[in-house]
Amino acid sequence: MYSFEFEKPSTIADAVAALATEEAQALGGGQTLIPTLKQRLAAPSKLVSMSGIPEMHGVCVEDDGSVSIGGATSHATVAREAAGSYSALAALAGQIGDPAVRNRGTIGGSVANNDPAACYPAGVLGSGATVVTNTRQIAADDFFQGMFATSLDEGEIITSIRFPVPQAASYQKFLQPASRFALVGVYLARFAGGVRVAVTGASEDGVFRWSEAEQALNKEFRSDALTGLRVNPANMIADLHGSKEYRAHLVSVMTKRAIEACI
Amino acid sequence: MKISMTVNGKAVSGDVEGRTLLSGFLRDHLSLTGTHVGCDTAQCGACVVHVNGEAVKSCNMLAAEADGADVGTIEGQATADGSLNVIQQAFQDHHGLQCGFCTPGMVMSAAALLKENPRPSEAEIRKYLEGNLCRCTGYHNIVKAIMAASGQDVGSIAAE
Repeated sequence: MYSFEFEKPSTIADAVAALATEEAQALGGGQTLIPTLKQRLAAPSKLVSMSGIPEMHGVCVEDDGSVSIGGATSHATVAREAAGSYSALAALAGQIGDPAVRNRGTIGGSVANNDPAACYPAGVLGSGATVVTNTRQIAADDFFQGMFATSLDEGEIITSIRFPVPQAASYQKFLQPASRFALVGVYLARFAGGVRVAVTGASEDGVFRWSEAEQALNKEFRSDALTGLRVNPANMIADLHGSKEYRAHLVSVMTKRAIEACI
Repeated sequence: MKISMTVNGKAVSGDVEGRTLLSGFLRDHLSLTGTHVGCDTAQCGACVVHVNGEAVKSCNMLAAEADGADVGTIEGQATADGSLNVIQQAFQDHHGLQCGFCTPGMVMSAAALLKENPRPSEAEIRKYLEGNLCRCTGYHNIVKAIMAASGQDVGSIAAE
């Protein structure tokens, strides 16, 4: 790693001030960022830890029934504390990485990084959640801007993420067992107002909504409704773990499993 | 920067750089070399320690993040008179190690598992050890050792 300064503020205001330094970067749990720094793929002047800000930790149910999760909340905490209020999201958090990674990795870090194979972006987009930052609220549909890209500005911090709780939801992850990321993951959420289907691990453009499947499921909520539907393999990721066609096929398979889990 | 923490019940402090990893602080500053660095990419789990009671990969956490924390390492696992604790003894009894390099991380992960789930099933043990790699592939005996440490019969595990 290149050398950097380290700061651990205890309020959001102090964190924003610390991030104003040129080339300063926010540090969540570091489960992606620290390996990246070790490979010298990034050279921040300063890391500003989010771990010491009490108001960015924990899971709570808001008055309108939505579930709000602090940006610095670990995956293990979400898996434990959201189990009663939003079980599908808790189950997603409990499948990320391995136990030691889940004790450090945070929801804000994962969502800000927007890895194309990460689990949380599917949960956030599939739920139609709202990303709350120190300056504004961003709808999930506007937040994810392609592989490793988001609408966050320089120095902007994800303070919490607010999830409306669907009638039924399921995350189906086809595990890439070496990396423990999703080879393909599908998050399906059924709301009174319609179905949302978000896909991670599959596309060159990062997490996306499979709108054709959503339309079909809004007409008829059963797995047969997907017969004949397939995502276009052209935009899928191809690597040594799977071809474009294989991933496109997996999107259908995992979506069907998610539907069946919701019925 | 100055940091201080409790390691295996003893107050320690040191002067570290921002980029100093917790694994490096334990090994190079405190000479607690029982915490092994296997892959240095957070995959193998040989460096697992407990921070405020939770298992973490110490090669993937900055030492400065552990400032003020209560840290437990493999050196703190033996009982006060120096004899092996239940988990360590079970690893010895069931030959839960071959070369032994991954063992500190395996024992620390096993301790974290048993704290959370005192009588895990074989499947739960295997699931919990997803982040701990044994390149000798000695998993069956490691699983047996953890079953035994939790006071359960080891006769019926899948490998036999």
